[in-house]
Amino acid sequence: MNFKLKIWRQADAKSKGKFVDYELNDVPAEASFLEMLDILNETLVRKGEDPVSFDHDCREGICGACGLYINGHPHGNFKNTTTCQLHMRKFRDGETITVEPWRAKPFPVIKDLMVDRSALDAIIQAGGFVSCHTGGVPDANSILVNKKDADLAMDAASCIGCGACVATCKNASAMLFVSAKVSQFALLPQGQVEARERVQKMVRKMDELGFGNCSNTYACQAECPKSISVTNIARMNRQYLSARLADPLQED
Amino acid sequence: MNVLDSKIPLGDIREKWNSYKAGQQLVNPANKRKLDIIVIGTGLAGASAAASLGEMGFNVKVFCIQDSPRRAHSIAAQGGINAAKNYPNDGDSIWRLFYDTVKGGDYRAREANVYRLAELSNNIIDQCVAQGVPFAREYSGMLANRSFGGAQVSRTFYARGQTGQQLLLGAYGALSKEVARGTVQMFTRREMMDIVIVDGRARGVIVRNLVTGALERYSAHAVVLASGGYGNVFFLSTNAMSSNGSAIWHAYKKGAFMANPCFTQIHPTCIPVHGDYQSKLTLMSESLRNDGRIWTPKDKDVAERLRKGLMKASDIAEEDRDYYLERRYPAFGNLVPRDVASRAAKERCDDGFGVNNTGRAVFLDFKEAIQRLGKHTVEARYGNLFEMYERIVDENPYDTPMMIYPAVHYTMGGLWVDYELQTTVKGLFAAGEANFSDHGANRLGASALMQGLSDGYFILPYTLQNYLADQIREPVVPVSDNAFVETEKEVQKRIDTLLNVNGKTTVDTIHKHLGNIMWEYVGMAREKQGLMKAVDMIRDLRAEFWHDVRVPRRDGMNNELEKALRVADFLEMGELIARDALMREESCGGHFRIEYQTADGEALRNDKDFSFVAAYEYKGNDNAPVLHKEELEFENVEVKQRNYK
Repeated sequence: MNFKLKIWRQADAKSKGKFVDYELNDVPAEASFLEMLDILNETLVRKGEDPVSFDHDCREGICGACGLYINGHPHGNFKNTTTCQLHMRKFRDGETITVEPWRAKPFPVIKDLMVDRSALDAIIQAGGFVSCHTGGVPDANSILVNKKDADLAMDAASCIGCGACVATCKNASAMLFVSAKVSQFALLPQGQVEARERVQKMVRKMDELGFGNCSNTYACQAECPKSISVTNIARMNRQYLSARLADPLQED
Repeated sequence: MNVLDSKIPLGDIREKWNSYKAGQQLVNPANKRKLDIIVIGTGLAGASAAASLGEMGFNVKVFCIQDSPRRAHSIAAQGGINAAKNYPNDGDSIWRLFYDTVKGGDYRAREANVYRLAELSNNIIDQCVAQGVPFAREYSGMLANRSFGGAQVSRTFYARGQTGQQLLLGAYGALSKEVARGTVQMFTRREMMDIVIVDGRARGVIVRNLVTGALERYSAHAVVLASGGYGNVFFLSTNAMSSNGSAIWHAYKKGAFMANPCFTQIHPTCIPVHGDYQSKLTLMSESLRNDGRIWTPKDKDVAERLRKGLMKASDIAEEDRDYYLERRYPAFGNLVPRDVASRAAKERCDDGFGVNNTGRAVFLDFKEAIQRLGKHTVEARYGNLFEMYERIVDENPYDTPMMIYPAVHYTMGGLWVDYELQTTVKGLFAAGEANFSDHGANRLGASALMQGLSDGYFILPYTLQNYLADQIREPVVPVSDNAFVETEKEVQKRIDTLLNVNGKTTVDTIHKHLGNIMWEYVGMAREKQGLMKAVDMIRDLRAEFWHDVRVPRRDGMNNELEKALRVADFLEMGELIARDALMREESCGGHFRIEYQTADGEALRNDKDFSFVAAYEYKGNDNAPVLHKEELEFENVEVKQRNYK
């Protein structure tokens, strides 16, 4: 298959970026999107040009490293698909494909298609865990969990932290990401002890880092490669409100 | 005297770990604050170790190669994690898990380590549940278990097909908690280039900042390597793209012994290879083998017609299908260990029964399972795997049998460590896949997660403390120390040499070539002539690399340079793997030498001559490494030929 590629090139965080056009021919239909970029990079290296940088690692849709804005959609306009699991047979022969990095203020570009998503780690560090220490915990079956709740918690916990929800949101809101972690623990007995602090700390950190508000367009859910549901946002909002009323954070 | 001292505690195997803990030295809380520990890697072993050590009060610096610790490749483990809880009441016990692991490893693992692993397995499940890991549950609210890859009991805990992800996110949560407390400092997008040794002890590392390209020096009282395995020496493997062997390889070059490097595992249920441009292989959980039935056509002509696309799997009548695992191994059937299943698939294909247009695939069929359980149940068990398969292959496995083929998946070999997980370099520890310890010649399914977490949560916190107890008066070596300056110079020289080659061949081209050599001659079935040929070919390829590789110059980030540095090390490592395979004149577990097999074609061990751990000592680039043997003693397990019939 042949493609015309418009790829965002930016030398580093400080430089100004621009689209550069490439023509790539004889790409196998079975190749993944990232393998197509590998093929492009091989030709660039052979020509002595700078290869395109992009984040990628497991290439099986679970590590969350890859994330390209393809033809105006995070991970391309295909349901439940990460960029690495997207195959070229899904495109038309001869198609022009536009490839950009995530665009969101809290995700500054590092080089080309690679962005800094450490803000998501900072939100988790603000409280996205159960504060148990290693050792001294009860027997696993002494904590019973209703199967339905466990399944819903697992649905929420499936988030891969890729940032597509932020990238697609017109407000660059991280509500889907944050609410997935809040929900996982809200649904489990292990999460109850710190529930009030957790939701408030995580939301506060999210605001601090410059992520926007949610205006209920549900674009995040539509683009999420793991189908994380916006009901998690509703659950988080309920928990946030009741926590604020019952037990506001001291330092607020 | 043997230089290898495994430091196994005396006494009954059931009491060894307790007696170790009773006798170990402790560090009081005020002194822990004065002690620094470096951890390389944030997978299950690294993240759990860093979090636990931080909780104890040590100062931890942890490094990961990705943009976030949550992306380490442990995340891709699908099937589950073993523990001897015996919740299903089907006869499991610590003893049985221990026994199965030693047997599964084909009697090439150290008994005492494996027993400790089985013992700690239960603590891991407790720990993860307390962290809020959403394991699968029964309607009673209790934890669910399943049988997995070669086990006759249901001892595997799982979180859909994403167990590694959930366990890693649990450890990442614990790590994040300690980052917030300030006990752990997190460094992302850093790759370890070398270990710094001062007066015979590991005292720091040189890392490359992958964004700025700068070399950075970090100092500590001890260093833990949890940098994973070296499967990418084969180019195509199920490992992540950045998984590499450089951290352990440079530790080896600094004096840590490398153990059993030829013990590599080929996983039987991967999606088959389809093209030259392919960058990696995708594994599907072998839990699929619980309900899927593996077959090829009985007739070669039929296989040929399938390969040409003249007929489909569904055209083949039941009586014309050869369920070869069920036929050869009636007791275990499709659940034989990974090495047995992988080799059987290769044999079928070598004999001309393979399917797919390449002839390098066998069927994994769910038709019978769908009839027996209903589509709904099959979907609940394997839905995400079926979806993943369809996404990649573009065929629906509910209607058409899947096609699978073996792929390199895990490396049992790694840095030699003693009972304390300390390498032969004082103060340098290795955990998880980076060490050689617990799996012998073959790792059982759902045991990698168990080992990574037991090393990190429950072993290193004790053994590192024991090591550090007499280090409390030692100030941290300043990074201006000559040892740091010199090591950084060596690294810079390595980088400059690569940049100055200015040749014509790309890094990936050479890496693929290396992969082909490894797969062809050092893969599933090895023999003397082929291995000798591989050694020569790798040497030639290495010469070509240093003579003709093209690594573009660029300030700041340089992805090609990153790859080149890793491939340079793989080109050395591949030779050691081939040499070790050549030395080991027997077949055991994942190491199959064609010359050493039974009349039935099964692996033939030679316990008289090869019941040892092969640990290699580096003696410079121009000299052969020295082989040291740690004899394995089996006091608790009866050594038998594995029999899955």
